[in-house]
Amino acid sequence: MIGALVRRLDRGTGSAGLLAKGLRYVFPDHWSFLFGEIALYAFVILVATGTYLAFFFDASMAHTVYQGSYEPLRGQRVTEAYRSVIDLSFDVRAGLLIRQVHHWAANVFLAAITIHLLRVFFTGAFRRPRTANYRIGLTLLGVALLEGYMGYSLIDDLLSGMGLAIGYSVALSIPFIGGTIGTLMWGGDFPGSGEWITRFYIGHVFLLPALIATLIAVHLALIARAHHTQFRGPGRTERNVVGSPMWPGYMLRSGGLFLAVAAVLVLLGGLAQINPVWQWGPYEIWRSTNGAQPDWYLGWLIGALRIMPNWELVIGGWHVVPNPFFGGVLFPAIVFGVLWMWPTAERLITGDRREHNLLDRPRDRPWRTALGAAMVSWVALMFLFGAADRLLVQMGISYEVQLIVARVLVFALPAVVFLVVKRACEELRRADPPEPAPAKPAPAQRSTL
Amino acid sequence: MSRLRRAGRAAAAGAAVLLLRRRRRPAPPEQAGGGVADAGGAPPPGGRVLPEGRPDPRAEAGTAVCLVLAGVAAVAFMVLYGVEPDTQALGVALGACLAFLAAAAILAGKRVVVQERHVEERPPMADPAAERRAARILEEGAGGISRRRLLGGACAFAGVATATALAAPLLSLGPGAPRRGRDARGRWGAGVRLVTEGGTPLRADDLVVGSFVTAFPEGAEKEDIASPVVVIRVRPEEIRPSAGREGWAPGGIMAFSQICTHAACAVTLFRYPLFREPGPAPALVCPCHYSVFDVLHDAEPVYGPAHRPLPQLPLAVARDGTLRATGPLSGDPGPSWLLTDT
Repeated sequence: MIGALVRRLDRGTGSAGLLAKGLRYVFPDHWSFLFGEIALYAFVILVATGTYLAFFFDASMAHTVYQGSYEPLRGQRVTEAYRSVIDLSFDVRAGLLIRQVHHWAANVFLAAITIHLLRVFFTGAFRRPRTANYRIGLTLLGVALLEGYMGYSLIDDLLSGMGLAIGYSVALSIPFIGGTIGTLMWGGDFPGSGEWITRFYIGHVFLLPALIATLIAVHLALIARAHHTQFRGPGRTERNVVGSPMWPGYMLRSGGLFLAVAAVLVLLGGLAQINPVWQWGPYEIWRSTNGAQPDWYLGWLIGALRIMPNWELVIGGWHVVPNPFFGGVLFPAIVFGVLWMWPTAERLITGDRREHNLLDRPRDRPWRTALGAAMVSWVALMFLFGAADRLLVQMGISYEVQLIVARVLVFALPAVVFLVVKRACEELRRADPPEPAPAKPAPAQRSTL
Repeated sequence: MSRLRRAGRAAAAGAAVLLLRRRRRPAPPEQAGGGVADAGGAPPPGGRVLPEGRPDPRAEAGTAVCLVLAGVAAVAFMVLYGVEPDTQALGVALGACLAFLAAAAILAGKRVVVQERHVEERPPMADPAAERRAARILEEGAGGISRRRLLGGACAFAGVATATALAAPLLSLGPGAPRRGRDARGRWGAGVRLVTEGGTPLRADDLVVGSFVTAFPEGAEKEDIASPVVVIRVRPEEIRPSAGREGWAPGGIMAFSQICTHAACAVTLFRYPLFREPGPAPALVCPCHYSVFDVLHDAEPVYGPAHRPLPQLPLAVARDGTLRATGPLSGDPGPSWLLTDT
């Protein structure tokens, strides 16, 4: 039966050889390799739920009076976009479930990419022959951030409106070209005439998802080309991959991971409320609330915007560098720039230009690990300070004190983390030295497939 | 007729395949060691590629139970969807279905199917010989060309020009820059009445000391960045206006653009006469990044990331008691950009 099917496939497409190869493709087993898969599966769920949501969403800033079944909003002047999301949440069967699964999936998608990036960085998986693929992954993270921002902006609730206002200001702050970028995105001055929602919508449901899907496809193709990295261990060398073949065990287990991710997201979507936009209310440019927080993945930028002193580079009446540039553009550009350039920098510093398929234990590269940890602490501090308003509003912790502490820590913390982590790595390595470089693999272990 | 015969032949072929598989099964050759080495593309005739699986009846039963439970949960989801589409119940039913499927797949992957630790040789990556060959193919393809620079220059010109032409229609997406100066300051001007969100004119008597109201220019688009202003009232003797603004606050009533000059959020916190931090002085505070503006002194930024003051609207009380602007906003409202006019 299976023989006949494969024969048919092969006679029709000539792909049995590829199939046999693919079924024997080896995945090294390590829990830390699963975050990339989780991100991929979250994306699949995002596309599926997002497509469903698009059937009900109305990307229009035309005004209407809400008449749906959510009592507190009845009679309020709202936009069609906001109205359609409220209707989707209250008057479409399973609508709220799918919407909340979509929102949770976005949060998990970005979290999984971020943790995957940390894994790749700290284990040295970005080195040759995977430098280009590492940068594709970084690009994916950037595009995914923008995609998430655009998604929650579309709803035109109070929170999304505040995010749009800040996004517009950050766009305007880019020296010289900011005005053009801002007005192109919004079709004029903020809040514009409603053209922005068409642009954001086509960006959110078509341009950026297509870009993300393409980048993912290239990312996976390049992984398959080089095969997976693996940690050092018995029988593992730079020239081989040891682990479970695709068929049947790995495919079932990875399929199980997909289903588990889906299960967790659906349970979250059903049981854990997220972004209840009917409580935020509709956005008008003269409304805002104290203690509003965006999705977690934008928290580091909010913190960076807040922590900046009120500098603005003004030369002869020209606002060359408006203030939001520092926190909203320069800070993420530094973080992404350092990550982007790191493989090159490491090659230059260490002089190691070889290909590496065996991963490092983080302790075996004290410099890299310490620098990475310092960077993580820097971003994490901004992230935490992004929540300073909530600490003030909910817990009464002095904002002024928080700001002073954060401004000191922004310099001190990375330095301290760097020194502590470097020392810890060196001690750990002394206690448990790395294995000597593996010998060449015995011919018997090699597979010619 | 012929269709029947073809179907019969296919069935016979299928049965033969099944029979052959059955017959081959009882005698799998032993594989040496844990890792199985594949020999070339095709396995030796009658030999196995994968090691033989060992049956685990308990795992098989567990997988079957999980699959049945997943099916039951799926049916429950459909029933709920039709009868009582409660978000929590729907989420639990579908989540349970997916969780049981996940458990079945993982259990099957770990215990039911063949377990194997396989060693695969990596494909070679960077290959200097291949690099040289590819480079040579690329170069030699243009081997006979004599006027390289001419063609290269023409090609670059055509490429840049065409790319620019194709991108040019993007300009239709909008104006190239935000408004500035007089254009940016909206409808405010001498004699324009201040109205509330509902459209009723704002009267000086409506405001007691400590009041905070959002107002708009009468008859203008409210959703314009220049339109919303906050109107507040403090005790007149507190105010320390700079030169030229002395008459702008009749009876201690002042109006400032409500759009924060840092990042365009609405300034919706007014701290008067007592105030919580951040920042000193009775102040207008933007909740987005806690920019604080000193209302007693031209709404100058005194704390937080804002660099410019909130533009002020000069006010007067008309004979009928309503509030009117006596001129335009004192600067461009909203966030800074290159040509912001202050």
